Amino acid sequence: MADLEKFRAETRAWLEQNCPAEMRKPMTSDGDTFWGGRNAKFSSDAQRVWFERMRDKGWTVPHWPKEYGGGGLDGEEAKILRQEMAAIGARQPLTSFGISMLGPALLKYGTEEQKREHLPKITAGLIRWCQGYSEPNAGSDLASLQTRAVGDGDDYIINGQKIWTSYANYADWIFCLVRTDPAAKKHDGISFILFDMTSKGVSTKPILLISGYSPFCETFFDNVRVPKSHVVGTVNRGWDVAKYLLQHERAMISGMGERGVGRPLGQIAADSVGADAQGRLDDAQLRSQIANFEVDEAALAAAAERAVDLAKAGQSHPAFSSAMKYYGTELNKRRYEILMSAGGIDALEWESDRSRGGARPRAWLRTKANSIEGGTSEVMLGIVAKRILDLPGA
Amino acid sequence: MALVLTEEQSMLRDSARGLISDKAPVAHLRGLRDAKDTTGFSRELWTTFAEMGFSGLLVPDQFGGSGLGCVEAGIVMEEIGRTLMPSPFLATSVLAASALSRGGSEAQKAQHLPKIADGSLLAALAIDEGAKHRPLQTKLQATRAGNGFKLSGDKAFVVDGHTADLLIVAARSAGSAGDKNGLTLFLVDPKAKGLAVERTAMVDSHNAARIVFDNVEVNADGVLGEVDQGFGLLEGVLNIGRGAVASEMVGLSDEVFGRTVTYLKERKQFGKAIGEFQALQHRAAQLYIDIEITRAAVLKALQALDTDAEKAATAVAVAKARAGTTATLAVQEGVQMHGGMGMTDQFDIGFFMKRARVCQELFGDSNFHTDQLASGKGY
Ligand SMILES: Cc1cc2nc3c(=O)[nH]c(=O)nc-3n(C[C@H](O)[C@H](O)[C@H](O)COP(=O)(O)OP(=O)(O)OC[C@H]3O[C@@H](n4cnc5c(N)ncnc54)[C@H](O)[C@@H]3O)c2cc1C
Ligand SMILES: Cc1cc2nc3c(=O)[nH]c(=O)nc-3n(C[C@H](O)[C@H](O)[C@H](O)COP(=O)(O)OP(=O)(O)OC[C@H]3O[C@@H](n4cnc5c(N)ncnc54)[C@H](O)[C@@H]3O)c2cc1C
Repeated sequence: MADLEKFRAETRAWLEQNCPAEMRKPMTSDGDTFWGGRNAKFSSDAQRVWFERMRDKGWTVPHWPKEYGGGGLDGEEAKILRQEMAAIGARQPLTSFGISMLGPALLKYGTEEQKREHLPKITAGLIRWCQGYSEPNAGSDLASLQTRAVGDGDDYIINGQKIWTSYANYADWIFCLVRTDPAAKKHDGISFILFDMTSKGVSTKPILLISGYSPFCETFFDNVRVPKSHVVGTVNRGWDVAKYLLQHERAMISGMGERGVGRPLGQIAADSVGADAQGRLDDAQLRSQIANFEVDEAALAAAAERAVDLAKAGQSHPAFSSAMKYYGTELNKRRYEILMSAGGIDALEWESDRSRGGARPRAWLRTKANSIEGGTSEVMLGIVAKRILDLPGA
Repeated sequence: MALVLTEEQSMLRDSARGLISDKAPVAHLRGLRDAKDTTGFSRELWTTFAEMGFSGLLVPDQFGGSGLGCVEAGIVMEEIGRTLMPSPFLATSVLAASALSRGGSEAQKAQHLPKIADGSLLAALAIDEGAKHRPLQTKLQATRAGNGFKLSGDKAFVVDGHTADLLIVAARSAGSAGDKNGLTLFLVDPKAKGLAVERTAMVDSHNAARIVFDNVEVNADGVLGEVDQGFGLLEGVLNIGRGAVASEMVGLSDEVFGRTVTYLKERKQFGKAIGEFQALQHRAAQLYIDIEITRAAVLKALQALDTDAEKAATAVAVAKARAGTTATLAVQEGVQMHGGMGMTDQFDIGFFMKRARVCQELFGDSNFHTDQLASGKGY
């Protein structure tokens, strides 16, 4: 305990000294997130300084082993770091699918060589990854995917199409699900493979979202040659890797519901709706909608903290991340419905400077994907019914 | 009165649907948006609306209109909702026509109503000032000057304010924000000195403006209705507008629902149509029920407005509150059941989600109208 208190004090002091003031302000636009990668650009000097200091400390991914560029922190220490960062509103220095999705899968299923090759480039923000799972006819029914990988000596030749590939047009590498045995049952002929997006035969075509942004793509593979050594895990057992990765993806997405940073919703609402002398919102129903939301948000935060602790204690159900993903994303959608209601007329403007280019309605529309990406809410509920409740026929 | 459309009303619906689905499908709105069209609607289509008698639907016969009622206006609005057609119909033919025919002097009626009916005059109602619809809180100041008034203050969310030839402005001539007494409606020429109109690009690609009044002079004959006693007239007009927007939301909800049910039958996952999954069947069935209940409440309100507008307030509150929550649910379910496809701009569903949000806010959201109902019942 004494050691942990010492760690907390040191961490607090280090953050205080090293986190630039600008990096303690709530993020307001997509450009505030640093994704790393070969073509990465910092949006400000403060962003660069903050990233470099955290990288050198190993704290872009604090809980990964030191030999892969992580911070080597144990669960308790990582939690303290999170708490201390939250306390001063420090931004994540680096965000990437490498950290939240591929890394955990490589740590569990990768060869030592694969780990040494890829993990340090993730922690150092050198390589940006994208996720090639979904296809036009394989969404919720992911296991029916048809992208083919056919052996040719030491290589595979990959042909097919992915869709909804987030940031494929910015990514350097892709982790991709391909069918290596078309004769096997659908779950049994899939492999999990890594390749460079600059490989010959890879192309991407951005898709415009209802928010007016283009964060995802159609991704095409035309005779892409990939060494067989790039398969993670066992050939034809890629579904295990894929599912394990999805648990981590879902945990990450569910975190959206408990973003207790920035000004409280009630205050944001009071700015536009008005309040009485006691500070009560001038809209009794909105007030109770916000209060109900905050009750659920606080409870979700507790559940998220508990989920980490249960996992550490070896007591968590492997499918529980689906429960959290469902609740967290539905809650985040509610948050933005409330923000739209609170903003009223002002939140309907789409382009003006006054509305920062329609930042709020665009963010609101983006949240509608939360209950679709990473597996839909319906699929999450189905998983809970089947894997946790063990209901017949589910 | 039976809560079904009469034969004439069904014919009106069929002709509105025929015209709107043919000339202004969702692609029409998309085209205006992509072209960054500064008018934001088709003037040519508006001429057709006039030729078919829609623009003068609420204008009395003696002023060249067809003298029909709110049920008929609602029928046209419902069809507009199905394709999200941007049209001056709401601002000019519903709000302005109602305000003038209910509150106008004979001279004002004779001057403006025939032009609304023949499609040559576009008008807009300027009410909202803050972020939320609170007509009683009107602050825009009307100060007596000479034989008229000077107006100073800001208006926001003025539907079609950017193209209006005539503005109907709610202003405070006495009392303070929150008072029922002391509101006056004015007819204002948008070209008047001291008036600045800024078109606001909206999330739904429909048309609205912010308007700033800086000592804008209005003559005494620009007063619509009675000085200081404008609130009753305003509420009556707003209630007609609320009924109309509720109808638009019914059309919008029904269309999203129809498209979604079609998708449930077409899209296959796990070797079957996704509509075979009971989780989706039940939600589709619930949405159907929700829409049908709202449809009835809206028709009830429109009939009430035609029978005795003074007593229609509760029915209108019910209709607008329900329409808001139903449309919100319909578009959310629509996007969710389309999966990734629902999130793409290329697909139309997102346009419905955006318009539903704006309609929800227009003339009071569901919270506002639920509160109106409670206040109206004295609790
Ligand atoms: C913003 C965004 C980013 C994304 N990023 C990526 C990415 O980087 N990489 C990637 O590979 N994918 C990505 N996806 C894809 C995402 O994983 C899929 O959209 C999702 O799995 C759903 O598939 P679908 O779109 O084909 O919908 P469908 O599977 O066709 O679903 C349509 C509807 O049917 C429902 N449904 C389907 N099956 C059932 C069932 N058995 N029971 C009940 N209901 C059912 C669904 O829940 C949904 O409501 C992204 C999606 C979005 C929206
Ligand atoms: C007060 C009362 C009055 C009744 N009156 C009549 C009557 O007048 N005439 C008559 O014929 N019957 C009547 N019933 C019987 C009623 O129709 C059955 O109870 C009902 O159909 C459920 O069947 P079950 O009891 O066998 O339950 P089960 O079929 O075993 O169902 C148990 C639960 O599972 C749910 N369930 C069952 N099948 C599905 C499915 N495919 N999808 C999703 N959920 C499902 C049910 O909704 C229920 O919650 C009455 C029942 C009650 C309680």
